[in-house]
Amino acid sequence: MVLGAGLLTALAMVIGILLARASAALQVDDESGIERINALLPQTQCGQCGYPGCRPYAEALLQGTAGTDQCPPGGESTARALARLLGSRGPQRMPVAPAAGIAVIDEPACIGCARCIEVCPVDAIIGAAQFSHTVIAADCTGCELCIPVCPVDCIRLDPLPGHSTQPAPA
Amino acid sequence: MSDPVVWNAQPRRPAWGVRTPRRKTLATQAPILRAPPPARVTIPLVGGAGTSAQPVVVPGQSLHCGQPVATPTAAGHPCIHASIAGRVKDIGLYPVAGSAQPVPCIVIERSERETFWDGYPVQPEASSLPAAEIRRQIAAAGIVGLGGALFPTAAKLDSAGQAPLLLLNGAECEAYISCDDMLLREHAERVVAGGRILSAAIGAELCVIAIKTDMPEARRALLDAMEAAADPRMVISTVTAKYPAGGERQLIELVFGREVPAGGRPADIGIICQNVGTAAAVADFFLDGRPLISRIVTVTGGGIATPCNIEARIGTSVADLVQLAGGYAGAPERLIMGGPMMGIALADDELPISAATNCVIAATAGELGEAPAELPCIRCGLCVEACPAALMPQELLTAVRDENTARLESLGISECIECGACDYSCPSHIPLTAQFHAGKRLLANAQLSRRQASIARARFEARNRRLADENRAQPENPPDADALQTLLARTRPRTPERPD
Repeated sequence: MVLGAGLLTALAMVIGILLARASAALQVDDESGIERINALLPQTQCGQCGYPGCRPYAEALLQGTAGTDQCPPGGESTARALARLLGSRGPQRMPVAPAAGIAVIDEPACIGCARCIEVCPVDAIIGAAQFSHTVIAADCTGCELCIPVCPVDCIRLDPLPGHSTQPAPA
Repeated sequence: MSDPVVWNAQPRRPAWGVRTPRRKTLATQAPILRAPPPARVTIPLVGGAGTSAQPVVVPGQSLHCGQPVATPTAAGHPCIHASIAGRVKDIGLYPVAGSAQPVPCIVIERSERETFWDGYPVQPEASSLPAAEIRRQIAAAGIVGLGGALFPTAAKLDSAGQAPLLLLNGAECEAYISCDDMLLREHAERVVAGGRILSAAIGAELCVIAIKTDMPEARRALLDAMEAAADPRMVISTVTAKYPAGGERQLIELVFGREVPAGGRPADIGIICQNVGTAAAVADFFLDGRPLISRIVTVTGGGIATPCNIEARIGTSVADLVQLAGGYAGAPERLIMGGPMMGIALADDELPISAATNCVIAATAGELGEAPAELPCIRCGLCVEACPAALMPQELLTAVRDENTARLESLGISECIECGACDYSCPSHIPLTAQFHAGKRLLANAQLSRRQASIARARFEARNRRLADENRAQPENPPDADALQTLLARTRPRTPERPD
C-alpha cells in the first residue's frame, strides 16, 4: 500500500519533470514561428489583410488575433497552408486570388508628386519631386498601394510579365 | 559478334514505350529530292533554348547564299546564314510554327543567279584540328541540333567533361518521319565524317551511331561508310523500333544501359548526344565550307501526291515543299509540322520551315485516327507502363487539375518529355500530355512567384530598416523643445478641414 503510493508518486514526479523539460525544449519561440508563417505569405506587402505588410500579419496570426482568410493575393492555397501550419480547420470562405499584375506609370502624365514613392512597400518606384517617376518592373509586387494615392490617376496595373496566362485545357 | 563495328548486338527491350503504326515507307520510295532555291525564304532569328541572333544586314542588301545575316546576341547562341542568294526584302516580325507571337525573321527574295559566299575555308583535315578550334568553328557555322530542339551544337560540345562518349542519334522513332533514315542511306559517309570531327571536338574515345532495327538499308550504307573510314573508335548500335526510343535520354538508356539523372544532362554521365543530321551538317561545313543553310524534310501523308524527302533551304514555306512533292492530293484535313505524336498542327501552309522541321504531314480525314470523347480515368496504369521517363501520368493529371504545384514538383513533372506515349496508351482517351504541358507552366509560374516573393521580402525589410534609421537620425522631438508645444503641434491638423 505504502510502497504502491510511493511508487506512483515517484513516477508522477519523474513524468512531471520530463513533461516540464519537454515543454520548455519544444517551445516554438516567437521568432521562428513568425518566420515559418511569413514564409507561406506571398510577400506582396499590400496590406489587404489589415496589417502593414506580410510580417506584421504573420505576427498577428501567431498571436491568434488574425484569421487565416485575410490574404487575398495568396488565395486559397495560402489560406489552406496557413491553416495546416497553425492547426486550424481553415476558413469557411476561401479568399479568391486576383490576377497578379505590376504597376505601370504613364510617365508623360506623371506630375512628379512623389506620393507613390512614399507608399511603395518595397521601394520599387524611382524618381524625385518634380521629376517623372517609374516603376522597377522586376521588383514591383503588384500591391496596388500606389494607385489610390496618385493625384492624377496615371498608375495602372498590367498583367505580370513572365507569368503565362494561358489557361489549362479543360 | 563477328562484326567488330557492331556494338551491343542484342537490342535491349525497354519496358516503356508504345508501338505505333510506322508508315515510313510512304516517303522512302524515291531518293532525296534536292530542292532548287525557292523564290523567297523567311529565316527566323530565334532558335532553341532561348537563343537569338542580331541582324547584320539591311533591307535591300544583296546577299550570296551562305553569307552570315545575323550574329549571336550572346555567347553560345548560333550565327545565322542566308539560305539562298538574293536581296533582303524585309526584317520584321513574322508568324512561325510553334509560337503564339510572331518572331523576328529575315525575308530574302531570290536573285536571278545563285552565287555562293566563300568566306569559310574547306578543311579536309578538320578532325586533326585542336578540339577548341573545332568547337569555335562549329559555333561560327551556326550549327544547331537538327533533332528538333535546335540546341546550339557548340554549347553542347563545350559542356562535355573528360573523355566523353559521342552518341549519334539516327533512331528517329516517330511514325512517317524518314529524313534521318534517308540521310544515312544516301550520305552515310557524311555522317561518319561529321562523327569523326565531332569526336575530335570533344576528345571522345568512342563514337556510337544508333539506328533502329527496322533500318536495314541505312545500316548497310553505314557499315560501308565505316569500312571506308576505317576508324576503330566508331561503332554501330541497333535499338528497338518502339516509340520513343529516339528520345535523347531513352536512347542513352537503350545503348549504354545508363540513366541520365533527373534534372541533369547527358554530359553529366559523360555522354554527348547529337543527331545524325547535325553530324552531316558539321561535315558539310568543314569539308565543303557550307554553313547550315538546308536540311532534309520528310513531306508525307495521305494528302500529298508523291510523298518524299526533300533537302530544303531553311526558311522555305511549307506550301513550296508541298508543291515540290507534287502538291496536295485527295482531301487533306490536317497539316502537321513534325511527327504525328509530338508535331504541331499548322493553321496554314505559308509558314516557313526552320532547322528543326524534320517532317510535314498532310493527313486525310481519319488517317491519324479521331480523338474519341474523353472518359474518366479508370486507374488501369497503362500510362505508367508506357511512360519512358518513369513518371505516374494518372497522378500528375490530378495534380494538374488541382493546381497542386508542390505535388507536381514532387511527382517530377519537369522530367516529362511530352512524347505522348501516355495519351496513346490511355483507354479513356484522356489528353494527358496537353495537361502536363499546362502543368509545367503552372509550376514555372509558382516558382517564379516564390523567387519574386523572396526578393520582395528582402526589399520590404530593407525599407523598414531604412525608415527606422531615418527616424533615428531626425527625431521628431528635438530634446530641448518644449514638451507641451510639441504635443500641441501634434494634435493640430496639418491642413484646416474644409466643410463638405
